Amino acid sequence: MPAVNTAALPDIVFMLLFFFMVTTTMRETDLRIENPRLPSASEVKKLEHKSLVCTIYVGKSKDASKHGVGYNKIQLNDKIASADQVPAFIINARSKVSEAEVPFMTTSIKADKESNVGTITDIRLKLRDVNALKISYSASKGAEN
Amino acid sequence: MARRENPEINAGSMADIAFLLLIFFLVTTTMNVDSGVSKKLSEKPPADYVPPVIKEKNIFEVNINRNNELLVEGERMDVKDIKEAAIKFIDNGGGLGKPGEDGSPGEPCDYCEGDRSDSSSDHPNKAIISVQSDRGTEYGTYIKVQNELLRAYTVLRNRLCTKRYKMSFDELEETYKDNKSNEDLKKKVEDIKKSYPQIISDAEPTS
Repeated sequence: MPAVNTAALPDIVFMLLFFFMVTTTMRETDLRIENPRLPSASEVKKLEHKSLVCTIYVGKSKDASKHGVGYNKIQLNDKIASADQVPAFIINARSKVSEAEVPFMTTSIKADKESNVGTITDIRLKLRDVNALKISYSASKGAEN
Repeated sequence: MARRENPEINAGSMADIAFLLLIFFLVTTTMNVDSGVSKKLSEKPPADYVPPVIKEKNIFEVNINRNNELLVEGERMDVKDIKEAAIKFIDNGGGLGKPGEDGSPGEPCDYCEGDRSDSSSDHPNKAIISVQSDRGTEYGTYIKVQNELLRAYTVLRNRLCTKRYKMSFDELEETYKDNKSNEDLKKKVEDIKKSYPQIISDAEPTS
């Protein structure tokens, strides 16, 4: 019985490799909260210029014994923080881009559906204090009802 | 029937199949793009800032309580009805618009198709939508309401744009995005945006 021809095996392996290379998105920060279930909306705009976007997560902590329960935990970079730390976070993000680009910076708020408006308002007030006025409430594109 | 020699399977086209698959996945996989409802916050007012007096009829008040129920202009309402109510309010055009920056007097809204009632907004550029929510309101509901209000503006802008430039505002913006240097398109986009400016303010939440 002759050996199975494996000449095409490299092709298959390369294909898989390419496939995963293309579809994997690198996540820069580890989520300390559970992946937020984003609300859906029809009037969404795509976020352009990824390097000018800083993301604030709001949701339920993965480690309830450490941070407590509830959907109102704020994550900045890779730790759970409070709204008071938002200005420092924004200023830190600003120092990484050139001055001319600062006005185009956008803050994306990825909050869970069940979190409360109060938390979002706290963040919004802090953002206004440091003049980070462009925000985007992250939402998945849903059908018009 | 004669016993055949065990023939080798022709694997020459295997690579083609593999590439076909690769291309198929390349085309169909969408990388998840971040998208969201974008908003511009107002600047922080100076300490001695006195808010201008706005006539009550130019404000469309939306309240969301902690049980995620809506109160629109003093009446209970479902989320699905808020768009129609907002359109009616914005497009009322019952009076004169804001005076121009050069001091010219305000003009009545000649593109509004509303009731022109005295008790509703004067002009789209004076019509303010104020959303007040409770600290305990669910974020999902809040976004739903914001989305419906934005849709009201989209409907009005599309209507006006179709009438003036024979294409919807979405199409106009797409064309402009592909062709940013076109002054004519830019003027059109700005004209529509100015005709129906989005004025949605977030009031401090009640606790």
